[in-house]
Amino acid sequence: MAESLILKTLTISAGATPIVSVSLTAAAGEITTLMGPSGSGKSSILAAITGTVPDGLFATGEILLGGQNIATLPGWKRHIGILYQDDLLFPHLSVGGNLALGLAPGGRRTERQGRVKRALSEVGLEGLAARDPATLSGGQKARVALMRVLLSEPRALLLDEPFGTLDSELRSQIRSLVFNHAKARGLPTLLVTHDPQDAEAAGGPVIRLR
Amino acid sequence: MTLSPSHLFFWLTVLILGGPVLAGLTGVVAGAMGHVPGLQNAIPAGDVWGAVWSWPGIGRSVTLSFWTGLLAALISLASATLIMAGWSGTLSFARARHWLAPFLAVPHAAAAFGIAVLIAPSGWIARALSPWLSGWERPPDLLILGDPLGLAMVLGLIVKELPFLLLMMIAALPQAKAATSMALVTALGYGCARGWLLAVFPGIYRQIRLPVYAVLAYSMSAVDAALILGPTTPPPIAIVILRWAADPDLSLRALASAGALVQLGLVLVALVLWRLGEIAVAQLGRSLAESGQRGSGRAAEIAAATLAATSGIFLFGGFAVLALWSVAGAWHFPAFLPETLSFRVWASHGAALVETGAATLLLAFAVVALALALALGSLEAKPHRCLLTALVYLPLIVPQVTFLPGLQAASLKIGLGSGALPVGLMHLVFVLPYLLLVLADPFNALDPRYRTIAAGLGLSPARQFWRLRLPLLLTPIAGAVAVGMAVSIGQYLPTLLAGGGRLPTLTTEALALAAGGDRRVIGAYGLAQAAAALAPFALALALPRRVWRNRQGMLHG
Repeated sequence: MAESLILKTLTISAGATPIVSVSLTAAAGEITTLMGPSGSGKSSILAAITGTVPDGLFATGEILLGGQNIATLPGWKRHIGILYQDDLLFPHLSVGGNLALGLAPGGRRTERQGRVKRALSEVGLEGLAARDPATLSGGQKARVALMRVLLSEPRALLLDEPFGTLDSELRSQIRSLVFNHAKARGLPTLLVTHDPQDAEAAGGPVIRLR
Repeated sequence: MTLSPSHLFFWLTVLILGGPVLAGLTGVVAGAMGHVPGLQNAIPAGDVWGAVWSWPGIGRSVTLSFWTGLLAALISLASATLIMAGWSGTLSFARARHWLAPFLAVPHAAAAFGIAVLIAPSGWIARALSPWLSGWERPPDLLILGDPLGLAMVLGLIVKELPFLLLMMIAALPQAKAATSMALVTALGYGCARGWLLAVFPGIYRQIRLPVYAVLAYSMSAVDAALILGPTTPPPIAIVILRWAADPDLSLRALASAGALVQLGLVLVALVLWRLGEIAVAQLGRSLAESGQRGSGRAAEIAAATLAATSGIFLFGGFAVLALWSVAGAWHFPAFLPETLSFRVWASHGAALVETGAATLLLAFAVVALALALALGSLEAKPHRCLLTALVYLPLIVPQVTFLPGLQAASLKIGLGSGALPVGLMHLVFVLPYLLLVLADPFNALDPRYRTIAAGLGLSPARQFWRLRLPLLLTPIAGAVAVGMAVSIGQYLPTLLAGGGRLPTLTTEALALAAGGDRRVIGAYGLAQAAAALAPFALALALPRRVWRNRQGMLHG
């Protein structure tokens, strides 16, 4: 599915005051980087794409995904995967439960379990499906979070400074893992960061907000 | 706009919080003008009010309610404040606060029974001092229970209101940025307690103002504590209203309504006075802060420890003595412990206790289940927060005794009659606010990014609720259920008025038996009442530990 994520004068405003406005095309299989100082409205743009603009703000403009304007859809029908700085695994579910949550409903139980198992071994976490997420290391959690979002078969991927809390060695490792998976699946990916190294590693177009 | 289920729940909640109070007050106004359902002809309003004001002892009833209510609220607030000033932020406080919820759970009536068997002339305190110190060989002829000034009743109210205010203050700490402020004023050289009073308390008080008003209104109109510990000749106005409302002579219902309006006016006057007091104290605090005087606050710390210990002793000591009485055979006056033990009371009342207890718990559970659905649904709807905050406190601030007589009349009019359904609905009015109060903070504290992630995974709002928010909130929900059940179990007046005597609960039975004065039976019922209220708390503590035994993030998060 080679769809691009296109933002057409996506504008976030507080009352009558526009905070940020952006137009961009995030091509499928490419990592597009959005850079800017804090307060430049990066998070608001991501919130507009996921459909979670906080009270008091509102978004105008178009968000096109495969030619369809998804801005009018409720968030849960948009299929926009997102990764944050924190892994935000659901603490009440097992590792496998976290992964299965994103799977589309339906299908046989054994089949679903098989997909969860394969996803875990894809990132070197064989046999951890029954584990409590709280017992995993930081790197392991980040990998589970990645596979959780990928298993839900998103149409686009948003990365909200996702490598900020990892130490430098782990950081480059997880970064290339995320980028490779996103590219391999042909996802249009939008990376928000203030780290130039992230942008460099992404290897795609860089858009700077002021 | 489509109406989602959660919006429906929100508006139902608004209706339940606001409707009965307004309907009840309307009924009370009608009643006070002489219109009583079931009576052929309206009584002239002048006759109603004339009868109220010429009722023997009415003037003293009014004064009594007014001053005991103010005194109880004032002492409760002062004690809670001192305890927080002298004790909060320490490790022992962090441990002690876990004991607050059970304090809160114990029904007012059970706590009052416990105090009664402690402080009565033949009570445990007198026994402990006799005859070696006091020289009493027989119970002294002192009017301690039901003293004309109502001091015993004030004590009973404080023991229950103090933990409530403490819990409210603790909940307000994070928003008041207490830790930062304390670090700041301590660096400026203020002692802990004084620094807390000057720097943290104003921020706390702003948040707990409504709970404080609820305490004031409650203290002025409490029925159960007044029945057990209060004076009888004359009793507080709330008891007079209750007698009128429960009298088979329907014409007295008009007096009950008029009395309810008197009570309401009394509470309003007290609230205005309290507000003026707030302003005066704030002024005083500012000038004290500007004076820049430092002090160690050692006295406040000692006072805090004494107050906390005293109320703990009254509550737990009371239960110990209730337990002793329930198994006491012969127990003559100066003896500190029963001379013989006997299980006669448990044997003869056991079956009735189990039956009434089961009915009480079942009713509480049904009410809480309904209230929980409404509360969670309303919170899901991301409601008009101001409307909800105001309404939550409406049934807590408007005294029960001022609108229940009117509601009783209204429900008779629409043919609701009396029995389990009206009782359940009445309990719902008082249980729902507590559930909303307990659940709002944990609900809003959930990381909003969970929502975004879940939506990104394609989970519909309904699945997000059932699969994520509900289990994530299991621990606070279990706690809220326990609080709700305790509130339902402790309800006296609504059960009595809406049940028409056909739905006895542990609380109504206990208060009915209290008139008999048999301490052994009262001991058994008081204990059963407290046990019924505390059992859900034990479950609420155990359940999340069991369910999340393999989920560290849910136990320590």
